Amino acid sequence: MSPSSVEEATSALAANPDARVFAGATDVVPQMRSGRIDPAELIDLKGIEELSSVSDDGSKWTIGAAVATSRLTEDEAFSGEFPGLSEAAGLIGSDQIQNRSSLGGNLCNASPAADSVPAMIVNGARAVIAGPGGRRTVDVADVPTGPGQTCLQEGEIVVAIEVDHKPANTGEAYYRLIPRTEMDIAVVGAGARVTVGDDGTVTEASIALGAVAPTVVRVPDAEAALVGNRIDDDTLAAVAAAASAACSPIDDMRGTVAYRTQVAGVLAKRAVQTAAERASS
Amino acid sequence: MTRTHVNCTINGDEVDFLSEDGTTLLNALRDDVGLMGAKEGCGTGDCGACSIIMDERLTCSCLIFAPEAEGSTIVTVEGLADNSELHPLQQAFLENAALQCGICTPGFLVAAKALLDRNPDPTETEIRYALAGNLCRCTGYDKIIRAVQDAAEELRVNA
Repeated sequence: MSPSSVEEATSALAANPDARVFAGATDVVPQMRSGRIDPAELIDLKGIEELSSVSDDGSKWTIGAAVATSRLTEDEAFSGEFPGLSEAAGLIGSDQIQNRSSLGGNLCNASPAADSVPAMIVNGARAVIAGPGGRRTVDVADVPTGPGQTCLQEGEIVVAIEVDHKPANTGEAYYRLIPRTEMDIAVVGAGARVTVGDDGTVTEASIALGAVAPTVVRVPDAEAALVGNRIDDDTLAAVAAAASAACSPIDDMRGTVAYRTQVAGVLAKRAVQTAAERASS
Repeated sequence: MTRTHVNCTINGDEVDFLSEDGTTLLNALRDDVGLMGAKEGCGTGDCGACSIIMDERLTCSCLIFAPEAEGSTIVTVEGLADNSELHPLQQAFLENAALQCGICTPGFLVAAKALLDRNPDPTETEIRYALAGNLCRCTGYDKIIRAVQDAAEELRVNA
């Protein structure tokens, strides 16, 4: 079914807990084919205007949960303000996938390796959730609770992602490592955002890592190493050490525990460097 | 699953078909509409053999549910040639021997068309990134890239 309102979608989902909502279906179809899910009903969310719109009310961006990531990467105002988040969203699959994948889907699929999630988290993004009981707003960081698991209750859907406009002198970046140049799942992903004062010291910092734990993780020790300090070799070494220490990854075909742990430090450092360059430009 | 009546425009023709909700657009195109150009390679959006252009956007038809096509405008590889005259991309693929087994070719042609529609003069790097969602296990890609470059030039000269 293709509902035209949020209420229609959430009541259909609440009435049929074995139904599955989808936006681009880039994760839902492979999961159906592999037998991981067998939905009794498919609910297409793209017909709901709120889920398919992008708006800027002057204080924040509101990105409909089903908006194709290609629309975000092509949006010059959004990509100009949030190059890191735009680039992270643009890393999800090929051009074919980009025309279907969405921030809402990437978040709700709850892969620890989801590229857009660390970038959303360092930008303080919030998920607007609607359900039979009304609406609530939750930090993006609190939506995934484990691989494939979210905090969504029965009948709830993510309607939109909200991102406040960036403060002055603030830059953000996202890097991921894959063994090829395109079309792969992150071995490690690292997002960073820093606000740099006039004297060159960091006043605010946020670091998040993907693919190194059951969910995307913030790295408070790396953030603490940045705040109050200049971004020099000692600070970056402390960021890298804290990022590596925050990892509890799995060994799999994409990388070993030792490799992922080391790469997390390197990528966190580079993301901070790029974020700092963007903060001063 | 219920059956849905789907109306859409495919390669300029108005088409309607009945489809089950869980059926992919790829299966509907092949089994209900009779257009066999789009192929199923992986069925999970990794290989691009099922590429189509839907409402001016390149997509994998294996990842689209057939009822989503309602009201849409679709271009498949069958829509590239002008009757018996091949599209410059098709001609360039032949002249450059840019195919061997041919399974991936419809997807490459459609993805290349989507690229040239929005960027008539792409660099080699841009072509390689734009075709990153299409896998070919025969050619090693270089001949495909050259074919797209030749077709782009041909289309620019005759634009």
